[in-house]
Amino acid sequence: MSSNKKYWKSVEELNENSSIVETLKQNEFTQEIPVDEFLGDKETLETSSTTRRDFLKYVGFSTAAASLAACEGPVKKSIPYVVQPEEIIPGVSNYYATTVADGFDFASVLVKTREGRPIKIENNALAATNGSANARVNASVLGLYDSLRIQSPRKGSESTSWEDLDAEVIAELTKAAGSGKDIVLLTQTFASPSTSKLISEFKEKYGNVRHVVYDAVSESAALDAYQAKYGERGLADYDFAKAMTIVSVGADFLGDWQGGGFDSGYSKNRVPDHGKMSRHIQFESNMSLSGANADKRVPLTPSQQKLALAKLHSLVVGGSYSGKDLPAKVEEAVQNAASQLKRAGSNGVVVTGIQDVNAQTVALQINEALSSKAFNPNTPIKTRQGNDKDVAALVADMNAGKVGVLIMSGVNPVYTLPNAADFAEGLGKTFSVAFSMKSDETSSLANYIGAAPHYLESWGDVELKKGHYSLTQPAIRPLFDTRQFQESLLKWTANDVSYLDYIKDTWGTGILSGGSFNKALHDGVYVGTIATETEDTTDASEEAEAPAGNAASALASSVKSDGGIELSLYTKVGMGDGQQANNPWLQEFPDPITRTSWDNYLTVSKADADALGLENTHEATGALNGSYANVTANGTTITVPVMIQPGQAKGSVGLSFGYGRTNGLKDEMQTGVNAYALYNNFNNVQNVTVEAASGVHEFACVQLHNTLMGRGDIVKETTLEVFNTEKSSVWNPMPMVSLDHKPTPVTSPDVDLWDEFDRSVGHHFNLSIDLNACTGCGACVIACHAENNVPVVGKEEVRRSRDMHWLRIDRYYSSEDSFEGDNDKKDNIAGLGSSLSEFSEMESPADNPQVAFQPVMCQHCNHAPCETVCPVAATSHGRQGQNHMAYNRCVGTRYCANNCPYKVRRFNWFLYTSNDEFDYHMNDDLGRMVLNPDVVVRSRGVMEKCSMCIQMTQKTILDAKRDGRAIKDGELQTACSAACNSGAMTFGDINDKESKVAKLKEDNRMYHLLEHVGTKPNVIYQTKVRNTTEA
Amino acid sequence: MKKSYQRLEVNLTNNMKQVIHRRLGGNILRFSLIILLAFTTSLSAQDGDPAKGKSIFNTNCAACHHLDKKMTGPALRHVEQRLADDQGLDRDWIYAWIRNSAALVKSGDAYANKVYNDFGGAAMTAFPQLSDEDLNNILAYTAQEKAAPAAATGAAAAQTTTSESVGISNELILGALAILFVLLAAGLYLVNKTLRRFAAAQDIDLPEATGRKPLWKAFVENQFLMLVTAIFFLLASAYFAFGYFMQIGIDQGYQPVQPIHFSHKIHAGDNGIDCKYCHSSARVSKTSGIPSLNVCMNCHKTISEYNGETTPEHSKEFYDKQIQKLYTAAGWSDEEQKYVSEGEPVKWVRIHNLPDFVYFNHSQHVSVGGQECQTCHGPVEEMEVLYQHAPLTMGWCVECHRTTNVKVEDNAYYDKIHEELSKKYGVEKLTVAEMGGLECGKCHY
Repeated sequence: MSSNKKYWKSVEELNENSSIVETLKQNEFTQEIPVDEFLGDKETLETSSTTRRDFLKYVGFSTAAASLAACEGPVKKSIPYVVQPEEIIPGVSNYYATTVADGFDFASVLVKTREGRPIKIENNALAATNGSANARVNASVLGLYDSLRIQSPRKGSESTSWEDLDAEVIAELTKAAGSGKDIVLLTQTFASPSTSKLISEFKEKYGNVRHVVYDAVSESAALDAYQAKYGERGLADYDFAKAMTIVSVGADFLGDWQGGGFDSGYSKNRVPDHGKMSRHIQFESNMSLSGANADKRVPLTPSQQKLALAKLHSLVVGGSYSGKDLPAKVEEAVQNAASQLKRAGSNGVVVTGIQDVNAQTVALQINEALSSKAFNPNTPIKTRQGNDKDVAALVADMNAGKVGVLIMSGVNPVYTLPNAADFAEGLGKTFSVAFSMKSDETSSLANYIGAAPHYLESWGDVELKKGHYSLTQPAIRPLFDTRQFQESLLKWTANDVSYLDYIKDTWGTGILSGGSFNKALHDGVYVGTIATETEDTTDASEEAEAPAGNAASALASSVKSDGGIELSLYTKVGMGDGQQANNPWLQEFPDPITRTSWDNYLTVSKADADALGLENTHEATGALNGSYANVTANGTTITVPVMIQPGQAKGSVGLSFGYGRTNGLKDEMQTGVNAYALYNNFNNVQNVTVEAASGVHEFACVQLHNTLMGRGDIVKETTLEVFNTEKSSVWNPMPMVSLDHKPTPVTSPDVDLWDEFDRSVGHHFNLSIDLNACTGCGACVIACHAENNVPVVGKEEVRRSRDMHWLRIDRYYSSEDSFEGDNDKKDNIAGLGSSLSEFSEMESPADNPQVAFQPVMCQHCNHAPCETVCPVAATSHGRQGQNHMAYNRCVGTRYCANNCPYKVRRFNWFLYTSNDEFDYHMNDDLGRMVLNPDVVVRSRGVMEKCSMCIQMTQKTILDAKRDGRAIKDGELQTACSAACNSGAMTFGDINDKESKVAKLKEDNRMYHLLEHVGTKPNVIYQTKVRNTTEA
Repeated sequence: MKKSYQRLEVNLTNNMKQVIHRRLGGNILRFSLIILLAFTTSLSAQDGDPAKGKSIFNTNCAACHHLDKKMTGPALRHVEQRLADDQGLDRDWIYAWIRNSAALVKSGDAYANKVYNDFGGAAMTAFPQLSDEDLNNILAYTAQEKAAPAAATGAAAAQTTTSESVGISNELILGALAILFVLLAAGLYLVNKTLRRFAAAQDIDLPEATGRKPLWKAFVENQFLMLVTAIFFLLASAYFAFGYFMQIGIDQGYQPVQPIHFSHKIHAGDNGIDCKYCHSSARVSKTSGIPSLNVCMNCHKTISEYNGETTPEHSKEFYDKQIQKLYTAAGWSDEEQKYVSEGEPVKWVRIHNLPDFVYFNHSQHVSVGGQECQTCHGPVEEMEVLYQHAPLTMGWCVECHRTTNVKVEDNAYYDKIHEELSKKYGVEKLTVAEMGGLECGKCHY
């Protein structure tokens, strides 16, 4: 049966009496255009000293002056190299394999460089581990051109030289070593064999050295659990491609859970193949990416999650369950999950994100009991190594005056610690050096700032997981007088070799076992077998605490009845731990779930919001406003704006890290509030009190921009059962229109306004988007930004619906039953008894909505409505299927945008490249270095939109022509399809009948967006199938 | 040597005659062979042929040696004599040195070691393949006196004279014609005057011109004509105004002064250097690339002065100064024959400026389309100073795309599409336009 679900974009739409929804449906402008305001009243006009004749004179004069001024062409200089590097040909891109390892994101990537400038990050297909870049990694290239980077080492706020810094640091180190005070290295997780070796040598030289690894967002509990069970500090390695039944208890494994990078494996089994697809059950409190993708999502507060996990353990592994009772519905869901897991056996896997050693142990035990194929205990993930206890001890030691020298790299504890004030105080009592690219919260307080290079200017190596290595190589010479932490350690240990030679040496002796370093550097990755000597980070401290006795019962009994609201702290896809807060791409990136940019906020369930008197309102323009709330945990109160989040578990609230930074970033980027202030004991779950505060917060939310207009067939969705048993005409029907009172398929030429153009010759590009595989991660959005020089417009403009994203990922909520079903149910209620119970069940259909993500870009309609209304023929169609946009021809009537049923056209309201109001990367010389020279930067007053990356398709074609060969399938790519690591986007030539996309076009899941309009788009979607099979 | 050539010629002629005078020919052949052999043997004892030597020198030695200038290796004019005078070294030493200098150095030869060390310890390439004769030829070449550049100057001078003489003759003709016209006019006036005098003498009444309305007055009074004229002038001015305004932003003929007077005529024209030797990225990239200075230095390491044709405006000194500018920019010291500084990039003035919103790819046109550079850039090989030949307007691009055929031969990419499209359009060869080369998005993105 075709799913008749109604999709809605905001809770406002559920309100039948909402005037806003109605107005937005009817009018383009909800507010009257203030003509009077700019024309003024008659009196002012008459008394004005400028007469009509004067006005015309001015106009005439300025026009003449402008045209005269335009006649003189500027003299352009062209400056060739003195000695041209062999590998650089102006106009041809080079690619280098390198690795991001900033302590939060770890990925093997390719860097695209033009004339020696890195301009884009792409996926490294050779990488077996973490070869796909998420949104943040895609955006990281912009960090290189951050105008606020410090350009030389600093002493306090004064510039200094590396020689002076070295001299003083070595003196202090020697002094500390002599006086018996501690020397502490407080660093991010490097997961680098060479750095570990280097730190060991540093320890040998100065004695009394402690290395404290600090992850801003801690995974200590999981690390401790893994260490206790398997004797090695690491994180469990899961490959979701081998799992057919996935149960996640509070783990957002499609987000940043345990370092992230699991989404490409997960997506492999999400596409129904021979009638089979994986089943994903998610228990969680915040609405996360994983929950949004789940087949079944059960909203639970964090403490209920603990109980559910304990219960699951008892049902799968055995043993008694001693905890409190769960609500009947949850109980049933857990039982179902358990039976499905048991049936799946080794095809099942359980993961949990609860920051509790017992919980993590329980998850490992269940996977072991299932002998899950998806869990590989031999290759623990190394990308988180932080130790909370060591960090806490360090703060105490600093304040006790025990620490002589503190050297920091890649950390920002003054921003990320809940007891930042203590740390800052302790910092005053020690001699400190902070390696940082910015004068941030911490480094600005340190004695010295070691100006650190960006990773695209550095050397490095990473052991992503045991035996899986990756290399970092510079793609550009350091822009500033910077020196990386490792080079400095080499200097301070009086070692003359460069860090590159040091890495080569480490690899030559320990890792490569005869393999070629140059090949590893070329590939960026190397999979070895020999275990390397890793630095013993737990050296003096005792082994991680083993969970006492029965982990499951300990877990269950740890839940105390509290009654307060539980806060789950999380990281947003766009911002992560907040390192890249000065990155305008990421600030403007709308969160996949809330579709809000430039902010963090307290996510609250509708029921709780009503109880607390919190509300979200829409302005008539479609902009979102929210009330503020005071959130208090452990005596700390912060005031945050409120976002009412469908699917948020009642009794829980969520707040994301990464915002509220104050140092080392532009004013525009200082958005949101710092959630680390509530991150007590590195526990992401906190008991808080929430109360309404005064004031109204203005969000930059792109949610209610364009209403659905009642077109419910935008996201086609069905269940696996229906998909397997019914014909596609049932669940993916072709829209019919009436011709001579007979229903005719909309694709028939008889009902078409336009004549068909023969597209059977040459290439005909199509882009297929599989709604089943798409996780909504947003990597494509940033890749599109980078490839196509899409401007950043800022919070105020986004709020005015003037965001410029060529590619957006729409997120639709659905109520689990249709509105008609609800109405029927309501009509059939009889008697007081049943009305009470049934009304209460029906009270809020938005409690736990299902979610669908749908990337939408220009659909490149073969019968494009935009083309026919352009008065100057600025937009036209190519033979290859692309809808062309000639910017220089556009006069900005915006008729095309009005006539576009998909609302994908974007208008340049301002000259974003040279307007001080938009102080983002395009407005400074450094930031402009990231621009793609193959794509024009659009000017004010022209319309722009997705070009289907015509610069990329043209380049592929040209390469083939030059080589005199036909194009192979897979060569043709767009920025989004190349960035998509879940395989949701497939691009290619449908005239090549053997191509993947040609087959997808014939797939019975294929449909076009708003097919009944008859636009014949060249972007195709694959119907979403949900595996709702219970038990 | 010249004699031997003549001998050969005789030989050849004789060979031809052989058919008729077989016996005689045979005898002569034998005779001439003997003479030839005698000459050849005598050659080894004599100095070689400088002409042959020059060609051998240019192929083998010129990369490192110049006759009059120290380069990678020493200047070689009168080397034999110099060695004999200063070092007392004979020709055999030179043979040994050229064929394997390294061995000579190793053997501990004092002068060999001195030369080796003076030139930075770089061993000279060994040339064991050169015969004694070749070496003699080379030495003969090096022994030549430096030719005075009189010939070239003479030729140039001669040219100027001829051009001047042409100018003078033109002026003469024109002057003569002018005098002729003046004479004619004077003659006419005199005739007229005489006739009038005759008329007066014979009392013939010459009719006076009647007081007719002047033509312009009649014209002004005729409203129809006025209207038509006004319309004509309006249309004409609109036409020219349109033409003028359409010229704005079109820089055809743009010929800026460059920081170095680089003559494409000398490089591409006189010396016939292929465009893509210097503009190599035109083959693979969207830009043709202004060559980096290391490309210039490939040749200019050894070419430090200009010896070609000169004009009064651009003298030899002028051109030599330009080469010096290059050396300064590249950081090359001609005296020391090495790079002495980092150099300073040359800030050329860009001539061909396409607007930002146009995507143009050289490799598409050069490598795939097989277009000659001159198609768009004009007769570059004749341009002393480069200028913009084409208007670079969209109309100009489109015109060419409409008329040019796609080069599909031996290109597997085009196999299928060309077959299908040419069938569709019913043509033998497709134009770029038919291939889709007029679509907006192909050049504007």
